[in-house]
Amino acid sequence: MSSQVQPMTPATPAVPASHAADTAPVISLEGLAVSLGGRPILKGLTATLTGRCIGLLGPNGAGKTTLLHTLLGFYPPNGGTARVCGRDIRHDLREVRALLGYMPENDAFIGGMSGVRFVRLMAELAGVPKSQAIERAHEVLFYVGLGEARYRDVGSYSLGMKQLAKLAQALVHSPKVLFLDEPTNGLDPPARTRMLQLIRDIRDAGEVRVILSSHLLRDVEECCEEVLVLKNGNIATYSNLEEERRANRKFLELELRSETEGAAAAFAEEIEARGAELAAGTRQRLKLVLPEGLGVRDLYELAAARSVQIRRLDYKKDSLEDIFLKAMEGGDDVRI
Amino acid sequence: MSVYEQTYRSYQGPLTPTWSRFFIIPRYAYEVVFRSKLFVGFFALCFAFPFVGLILIYLKHNLSALQIFGTSAGEIAKALPINNSFFYYGLWYQGALAFLLVLFVGPALVAPDLRNNGLALYLSRPFSRTEYMLGKMSVLLILLSAITWMPGLLLFAFQASLEKGWLGNNLWLAGAILVGSWVWIVFLSLLALAVSAWVKWKPVARITLMGLFFVLMGFGGTINQALGVWWGMLFSAWHVIGSIWYSLFDMGVSDDLPPAGAAWIALVAGCLLSLWLLYRRIRAYEVVR
Repeated sequence: MSSQVQPMTPATPAVPASHAADTAPVISLEGLAVSLGGRPILKGLTATLTGRCIGLLGPNGAGKTTLLHTLLGFYPPNGGTARVCGRDIRHDLREVRALLGYMPENDAFIGGMSGVRFVRLMAELAGVPKSQAIERAHEVLFYVGLGEARYRDVGSYSLGMKQLAKLAQALVHSPKVLFLDEPTNGLDPPARTRMLQLIRDIRDAGEVRVILSSHLLRDVEECCEEVLVLKNGNIATYSNLEEERRANRKFLELELRSETEGAAAAFAEEIEARGAELAAGTRQRLKLVLPEGLGVRDLYELAAARSVQIRRLDYKKDSLEDIFLKAMEGGDDVRI
Repeated sequence: MSVYEQTYRSYQGPLTPTWSRFFIIPRYAYEVVFRSKLFVGFFALCFAFPFVGLILIYLKHNLSALQIFGTSAGEIAKALPINNSFFYYGLWYQGALAFLLVLFVGPALVAPDLRNNGLALYLSRPFSRTEYMLGKMSVLLILLSAITWMPGLLLFAFQASLEKGWLGNNLWLAGAILVGSWVWIVFLSLLALAVSAWVKWKPVARITLMGLFFVLMGFGGTINQALGVWWGMLFSAWHVIGSIWYSLFDMGVSDDLPPAGAAWIALVAGCLLSLWLLYRRIRAYEVVR
């Protein structure tokens, strides 16, 4: 499979001025509750998602895929509702589906078809007329990098190629919202990089809003502007990564060494008493945010006074991992 | 857009009307089905009886052509009765071919989509479960129509055009051809789709379908013999449809067939059961309880 994707944008999303203003909600969850087999899976989710690329994060069984499937109308809500681009999934399901492109998590294709025929069929089912569907199928397969393999049977594709074929069928009818469920599952590093490049390219084209469900923090961090973290069917947190990045809130990460265990603890208590915000860490490794008026020099002085050595001092941005871990530490409370 | 311009560009063109989209499924299915030379040969064979029927009807009304062989006109007319029996046995012949055609095409309709998780792709589009089922069913409906009621009505119309006054006395036969064909088509299609939806492997689905027609017939016969009852025949699709056709074509009374009322009830029950099985299975994702 040859790489045919054009040079893409850098990993950190650059928000074009025209897109920055585009803050219309792509998905509104209004107390959305879903039970499957008598077991509550989504427990009254309420949130408004507005980004160009929104990450859905959460551990296995958190409800990410169920949320996508409910928005697609595969599962009926037990309570509340949701809107996709303003259309209610309970009442305007056909219109909602017309807006969506869906790349499922598992292998999904129509057997006994070549790549181009498969994508053409998917285009026609979405309403693209036959003659244009053929053209679109070729175009999209070239775009995702399957141009050379488009006449091969989809069943004979490698895992990475099947992922790209799934992406092609999700894109072929030009949806307004693209649901990507674990798009990098099972991909080797070059294929994963290519997939993420494609997602960023689609996002930056500005015509499609992307919902990326993944349990891989790096994938979400590399592509998404907003992240919705689910935990046990509740929203654990909803963060705007762009704002987090813009705020450039820096952590200091300190690695300490002291003769006694108590010295490091006393040092930590001292700087906390002076207004520093301590994040989770061990006694020998601290993560903190310094308050106004407390500088790095002060830290060294305090450490010297307590006979503590600062062996390493790093500035670290609030990463998605921190946001995720904080969300996972908390209870099932909603934090938006 | 030229294929070398590999940046994302959306489609801005017109869309087809939503009501027309389920026809896409049979179109794609026929491309696959008619790729098989075996199927094309078999499908051509399905028109043998209608062709022979056309010749017989023609000869009946052009007796001078047969008198060449030295046969009297009266004997010939007697030997070629174009009446309810002619159409009844014609429908039996075509109905049996319809069953074979369903064995060939039916198992490949839903099973591959389920095996490859294709349903999620269909149903994530503005395309409902009902449209999916209608689309898949229409693959069979169109093919079976082409070999049952369409040639039946063609023969009927040909006969009516050649014999004055025949149409008025035999119009009910057209209704019998139409209704008799459609109940068989709908029953076969629903059953084939249900089996295809529950048995993911084509050969196994084919064997299951045959089993439903022949094993159940044997089972029904055993019940009749063992218990001395008649209702065991209701397990046999052949006896059920035979009874319906027998009554539709006004062939009289037969002790070998179940009563027509019971046959109708059994057929409707079979269709409803197949429909229920289909609806249970045609989902984007199965909910594991």
